[in-house]
Amino acid sequence: MAHHEVTFPITDPADILKLRAGDEVTVQGHIIGIRDRTQIRIFDQGVEPPMNLGGAFLLHTAPNVRKVSEDAEGRGTYEKICIGTTTSARMVRFTEGLGEQYGVRAICGKGGFPDVAIEPMQRLGMVYFAIVGGAAALETTQIEEIEEVLWEELMPECLWKFRVKDFGPLIVGIDAHGNSLYHDVQARAHEKLKELYARL
Amino acid sequence: MSTTTTTDLDGAVEDAAAHLYVWALKDIPQDLRDALADARDRETSKTGIRILETIHRNVSIADEQKNLVCQDTGIAVYTCRVGEHFPLHPTRIYAALKAGTARATVEHPLRSNTVHVLTRENTGPNIGYRLPIVHWDFIPDWDGLDVKCVPKGSGSENMSFLKMCIPADGVVGIKKFVLESIVDAGGKPCPPGIVGVGIGGSADYAMYMAKEAIARPVGTRNPDPLVAQLEDELYGLLNETGIGPMGLGGDVTVLQCHIEHADTHMTLNPVAVNYQCWAARRASAHIAADGSIDFDREF
Repeated sequence: MAHHEVTFPITDPADILKLRAGDEVTVQGHIIGIRDRTQIRIFDQGVEPPMNLGGAFLLHTAPNVRKVSEDAEGRGTYEKICIGTTTSARMVRFTEGLGEQYGVRAICGKGGFPDVAIEPMQRLGMVYFAIVGGAAALETTQIEEIEEVLWEELMPECLWKFRVKDFGPLIVGIDAHGNSLYHDVQARAHEKLKELYARL
Repeated sequence: MSTTTTTDLDGAVEDAAAHLYVWALKDIPQDLRDALADARDRETSKTGIRILETIHRNVSIADEQKNLVCQDTGIAVYTCRVGEHFPLHPTRIYAALKAGTARATVEHPLRSNTVHVLTRENTGPNIGYRLPIVHWDFIPDWDGLDVKCVPKGSGSENMSFLKMCIPADGVVGIKKFVLESIVDAGGKPCPPGIVGVGIGGSADYAMYMAKEAIARPVGTRNPDPLVAQLEDELYGLLNETGIGPMGLGGDVTVLQCHIEHADTHMTLNPVAVNYQCWAARRASAHIAADGSIDFDREF
């Protein structure tokens, strides 16, 4: 189980290709918070995201925040209260579009993606990072600042730009080489179920 | 002699709800802490140990910084045990619980999760039509009120399953359905958590009992020895599936399996599964007829 440190957004695809399912990763730089409604707006309602997602790391989140000020155009500034990560599987159908149309290279959430994500992630050079779900108090300490909030009307499912330091631990759940820990664990568990059923 | 009016009692119930909601989100119960420590000691997979250690670190940070353990402030689900002589009618208790939930959400502030089911537009500070959810028990010959608050996160609530097994499926059918449900849930509900199972009754009541089961102190057993035996057996079997912490493989898939049961129709055999994530938050209080609140009385 190798350990890597990666800074996002990435410019070199090799930063993703070197990661293997099961490796541990610590992330630096900037990450983008995104959720169900944010992606429904982009892909189902056809609204272009007002942010460059090239080489980006997306986090499945809807944070607890406090609004501290508002500028002349009504754009808010927010400070963190508690920021954690939601279940990814609900958003799997957006994976291909995020990678192909917008150049997203990493998606981070909890619980994993089903097997349908494996092929596009391999083809497009993307990776899925598993965070420890529920560990939001820790995650909050690793987010230094909320730098930008777009689509505030979707609160809390806005587009969030966070600056992070030592973000992790993250486990590579699905790599860009066709490997998925979730697939492997499910395959073994279904084999095991046959054995358990025989004992009942 | 107490001169408390019902208006004071309204306030006491509202205060209790506001405190319980935030308290539950920040300070997980000792029995759960013990179960998580035990899980860390039992786990042998490298990734699983790393995850369980991170959970431990997270709980410590939440304690130190008085922050929420998990960002999902959930749907507030209350269980009330109302004494027949408690001097505040349940309609007023409900209004006070709703007011307390909203107040805690605004004052902290907490993320508001509640939306209209069709428009998906936010309906207010964690309240809405028929929200929060309150379950009621009525206790004869008593003048107190017990309130338990379970902020139920969506990641685990989405992993709820119901099967109307038939009598010929027997107990084996019940066991298979619980096993298959937890394997299919995989990492989505933040394992290792508490598997709540409701058996018997009707479709709706089985699911209610499954929710009741996840809200019990971790590791408690059903008073019926036959059901308790099934809890032990399923707990063992579930931990053989290898799903592991966060669904990334390992020895500890569940912290516990709790079962609630009811007698049922001769042709029914309902099985409901409700999952509670590792951050199995709950907090309870006792409110006396004079409006005094005791936050140390667990139920």
